[in-house]
Amino acid sequence: MLNRIRVLEAGAQTTVQDLGRFGWAHFGVSASGAADPLALRAGNLLVGNAENAAALEMTLVGGAFEFENDALIALAGSDFGAGLPLWTPLEVKAGGVIRCGPTHSGARCYLCVRGGLAVPRVMGSASTHMATGVGGRALRTGDVLPVGDTEVRQPRRAAGPPPFPRSGALRVTRGPQAEWFGEELYRRAWTVSEESNRMGLRLLGEAIPSPAGHMLTEGVTLGAVQVPPGGQPIILFVEHQTTGGYPKPANVISADFWRLGQLRPRERTAFDSVTIEQALAALRAVEEWLYSL
Amino acid sequence: MPYQCYYPLDVQIRASSDRSLLVGFGEEISPQAHRAVRRLTAALEGARGISNLHPAFASVLVEFDPRLHSHAEIESLVRLSLDAPEEELPASRLVEIPVRYGGADGPDLDDVARHHDLTPRRVVELHSSAEYVVSFVGFSTCFPYLAGLPAELATPRLAAPRRHVAAGSVAIAGSQAGVYPLASPGGWRVIGRTALRLFDPAGEPPPLLRMGDQVRFVPIEEGEC
Repeated sequence: MLNRIRVLEAGAQTTVQDLGRFGWAHFGVSASGAADPLALRAGNLLVGNAENAAALEMTLVGGAFEFENDALIALAGSDFGAGLPLWTPLEVKAGGVIRCGPTHSGARCYLCVRGGLAVPRVMGSASTHMATGVGGRALRTGDVLPVGDTEVRQPRRAAGPPPFPRSGALRVTRGPQAEWFGEELYRRAWTVSEESNRMGLRLLGEAIPSPAGHMLTEGVTLGAVQVPPGGQPIILFVEHQTTGGYPKPANVISADFWRLGQLRPRERTAFDSVTIEQALAALRAVEEWLYSL
Repeated sequence: MPYQCYYPLDVQIRASSDRSLLVGFGEEISPQAHRAVRRLTAALEGARGISNLHPAFASVLVEFDPRLHSHAEIESLVRLSLDAPEEELPASRLVEIPVRYGGADGPDLDDVARHHDLTPRRVVELHSSAEYVVSFVGFSTCFPYLAGLPAELATPRLAAPRRHVAAGSVAIAGSQAGVYPLASPGGWRVIGRTALRLFDPAGEPPPLLRMGDQVRFVPIEEGEC
């Protein structure tokens, strides 16, 4: 039976996300997609969806959502005070409400529903690109979201949280202009600025000296650490620009992308340099956990 | 053995992250570099395993899924494309962009004229008589970087970027020209505005301008469209 979700409270910034819109960077369109892809993928797998199914991404303060009919859902990511277990498939009865509040831990929580959200795809993806409006906008009270029927397998049993720590230094590989910089990025502690959003995580700390080199605008990618002349690094995030002219000493590794999505404003962080081989080994560990679900 | 290719340019390939390679064709903006960027982008567009291509003035960032491919595999694919015999590039089209210059549509037109000691009318003449080429499309959704701005019009960016630049704003910065496809913050000097939609976020592609297209700006009077 067709199901729908009614938004009773939208929360601080709740959007529809899948794993992103790929293949459009040469038109200046970055992928967008879930800020914590690990939580989205795990939540979807738990309810028997394809890992790329569209779900709700809540940011810092969650919303309240009423289900017209029976549903199977999973909450994944940070604890937004719903009073329900995370990383667990849960049955919701017709008329039931999932009510989330302010986060108790990281920045994002995902509400995945069996069958996925049946929202229109733009350029091959259901994900919302907030800054440009590609794929829609943040949810508002009163919005109604249709649930699809694209489940691909049986739901799983409770998983328990991923065995990877959220805190600790972000692991990075060397960026294209790494040789322009000294060790300052790694020696200093950084605070996530309130000005951070899905385009970039702005970091505050003792400024990194401006390097002397001149560079042309070039392609930039998710997780790139760029250092503008002011010396305060910006980590390019899911809605990043596709090209940029600031030098980049480092790039966050793929296995740690999900941790970027859980960093809160005012949270402290640091950087740890690893090799590409170490980065790929860390990525394999993440994938193995997901496959174990 | 030194690496050889059909380009009259140095090619540098290096890892940009654990899921991307940056392919560079020197440190200068040049027709040769532009041609190399266009060729490599055309060759890799839609290639298996490539998730995104980010062309720029003299480089292409190639992003791939590291669960499926190694840096070495993607580098071989890139070198194979570079070594392939020269093929015809996709035909470049001529796109005419109607522009209302000055007034509320082009708040910086008078400043640009003063900066160069020209009349606003002369700025419009110069800007609309030049032929531009789309160097690449990047930055933010479908923003075309246009080469071909007459040297007399090269103007520095605004000292402080505007928080809001209207969609369709026709602007210049340094020796570059461009058009803002969507409303956004921006530091380029806005001299006019077009009603032409370069990109419709609710619609489906293709966006109006592609790398390599030729562009001409056509002045229109108030009331025309």
